[in-house]
Amino acid sequence: MSRATNPATGPATGLAKSPATGKEPVAVVGIGQTKHVAARRDVSIAGLVREAAQRALHDAELTWSDIDAVVIGKAPDFFEGVMMPELYLADALGAVGKPMLRVHTAGSVGGSTALVATNLIAGRVHGTVLTLAYEKQSESNAMWGLSLPIPFQQPLLAGAGGFFAPHVRAYMRRTGAPDTVGSLVAYKDRRNALKNPYAHLHEHDITLEKVQASPMLWDPIRYSETCPSSDGACAMILTDRAGAARSPRPAAWMHGGAMRSEPTLFAGKDFVSPQAGKDCAADVYRQAGIADPRREIDAVEMYVPFSWYEPMWLENLGFADEGEGWKLTESGVTELDGDLPVNMSGGVLSTNPIGASGMIRFAEAALQVRGQAGEHQVDGARRALGHAYGGGSQFFSMWLVGAEPPTS
Amino acid sequence: MPAPRPLRDIAVVAFAQTDHRRTSDELSEVEMLMPVLHQVLAQTGMRTSDIGFTCSGSTDYLAGRAFSFTMALDGVGAWPPISESHVEMDGAWALYEAWTKLLTGDADTALVYAYGKSSPGSVRDVLTRQLDPYYVAPLWPDSVALAALQAQALIDAGDTDEPALAAVATRSRAAAAGNSHAQLRGSVPRGEYAVYPLRTGDCPPIGDGAAAVILAAGERARELCERPAWIRGIDHRIEAHGLGVRDLTDSPSTRLAAEHAGVFERPVDTAELHAPFTSQEVVLRKALRLDEGPDGGVEVNPSGGALAANPIMAAGLIRIGEAADRIRRGESDRALAHATSGPCLQQNLVAVLEGDPR
Repeated sequence: MSRATNPATGPATGLAKSPATGKEPVAVVGIGQTKHVAARRDVSIAGLVREAAQRALHDAELTWSDIDAVVIGKAPDFFEGVMMPELYLADALGAVGKPMLRVHTAGSVGGSTALVATNLIAGRVHGTVLTLAYEKQSESNAMWGLSLPIPFQQPLLAGAGGFFAPHVRAYMRRTGAPDTVGSLVAYKDRRNALKNPYAHLHEHDITLEKVQASPMLWDPIRYSETCPSSDGACAMILTDRAGAARSPRPAAWMHGGAMRSEPTLFAGKDFVSPQAGKDCAADVYRQAGIADPRREIDAVEMYVPFSWYEPMWLENLGFADEGEGWKLTESGVTELDGDLPVNMSGGVLSTNPIGASGMIRFAEAALQVRGQAGEHQVDGARRALGHAYGGGSQFFSMWLVGAEPPTS
Repeated sequence: MPAPRPLRDIAVVAFAQTDHRRTSDELSEVEMLMPVLHQVLAQTGMRTSDIGFTCSGSTDYLAGRAFSFTMALDGVGAWPPISESHVEMDGAWALYEAWTKLLTGDADTALVYAYGKSSPGSVRDVLTRQLDPYYVAPLWPDSVALAALQAQALIDAGDTDEPALAAVATRSRAAAAGNSHAQLRGSVPRGEYAVYPLRTGDCPPIGDGAAAVILAAGERARELCERPAWIRGIDHRIEAHGLGVRDLTDSPSTRLAAEHAGVFERPVDTAELHAPFTSQEVVLRKALRLDEGPDGGVEVNPSGGALAANPIMAAGLIRIGEAADRIRRGESDRALAHATSGPCLQQNLVAVLEGDPR
């Protein structure tokens, strides 16, 4: 049985006791991405975000004037050296005269940004909203941007890899997973990326042996098991029932969405399987009426910046019992043609414009249930989960989208 | 155009702020924030675990480090895990996000907080980093210089003059005499020119501070507060970034937000304006038609406004909190609160708060 159905992981007591009475269903009718690359030297930051936004508008067959509000997200402003860049981007995103919100919830921000935008529709504030997330990492060095020395605080140890490697090692010790599982994830995701024209890394000559022979960066994480540093943007057009009825292409419908946060460090924190991740998934499944995620969800796009996070999140999200996640990976269940495809797009391991990475996960889930995922389409995907996390495994945002409108 | 009634009735039921000071060297952000978080919870008798949604506003550029808001979360006590979000904007926009969350019915209560420490660096220089990074930021035009451009445009248009600006400063700081949290109070000299035509007295104090608000929906609000400050409307709009394409003597985004928030449907008795510079109050009064009432009876910035205390990232949220407190104390029945962001009032938020009929 799935741990996600355990009543002990139910919603916090402060949440509304009764479901919303007048909540408007939310549909995704447009998705746009840039071709993610190491450095987009041909465009400004404004040019980058506008490219993704225009592709989303084109997909939805809408124009700038159809957009009521803009919700934009990105990771730390230091990554480009622009403070609160939404002010400068208002013109490029057609936001002049409109409401514009800027979200920042660390690495989960791409997902959180989409969820903030869904509130505007679900709460009937607006009918159609553009939501967008980006990072143009070539403008600076993200690893050192994350590692500024702060007096009286523990250093982050040379970027995210240094922070997460011990937690991967803890997972391996706890579960007895064989050393090779991480390389299997990387080999799968990099091959999936070959089917995704927007993915950053297209390693046509990739082999499992090459992954396993790549240099060790942060033991046990090898170079080929690590996300790249990308320039890229992702945009979605979200709309209400009336907007979805006008959509020229199939819509993806939101069936559940949630965010959860916990502190960075505290005695008793489980870095391998954080409680905030479990609670967030449980909330989404409750909203969507999912009792058994392993059987009822057709495809999962999760935030895996280092290969081993696939088996770790499979357990955290309730797709496998504790200690069993790596067996799904090892047996090929998470392959594109497997029983539970994971990271069909190639994942964060193949594309990582940090601030956009969460939204790319959410967008891939929507593409799958719209049947618009091209070569990386999972046949018959009706329900898909998009997942993002950030900070010290402490910020989580997720949504579950379906091909059919929600029934309640 | 009548503003549509929000899906749910949502009110400000608690507000607290720090004593805003030029420096807070001895305090980290989380140490500065914790007392106000405890105060708003105490006002309602709630604990962290009773809160349905939490949202904050702050900026890494003041803290000088990436993900600075993650440490502030320690002050909330996010264990067991909480439903939480953050905007890299003034806390007024965090309140807006929380308001939309409550509208959906997913939560009945929300904790909103914001903080900013300007003291560790040169805030005039820091704010230049929010300008167009290719064409403007390399010139380092600082926030006072840009506000001075706006002030000169107003003088050139005949909308104000230097004595009128001085009167705004005098009135604001006199009003702040009754505000124990304010940084600049009572008689403050006009001072030398900072950037012509703005004198130091026309500029906000630079300081550190934090604020917190609790929102609640429907009957929950009445349980938690004797006279909730109901948010009858709230909206925000942004303008073009390039100063050259804007009319700096006007604020169409403020006017538009006010229309959508329903400001013009009935007169307000109080307005808390986020106008860091005296000249910006002139612009906002015009956009919000505050001087057009039958008796001109709108009390503007009884707290002293941003000219008395301007902790960046919290100063807009404080305007909403101050307006709400007037309603909760029975000193106002219908109040306007305004927040701004960006150079020369680029982005503006307007809320209308009302008390139940007495």
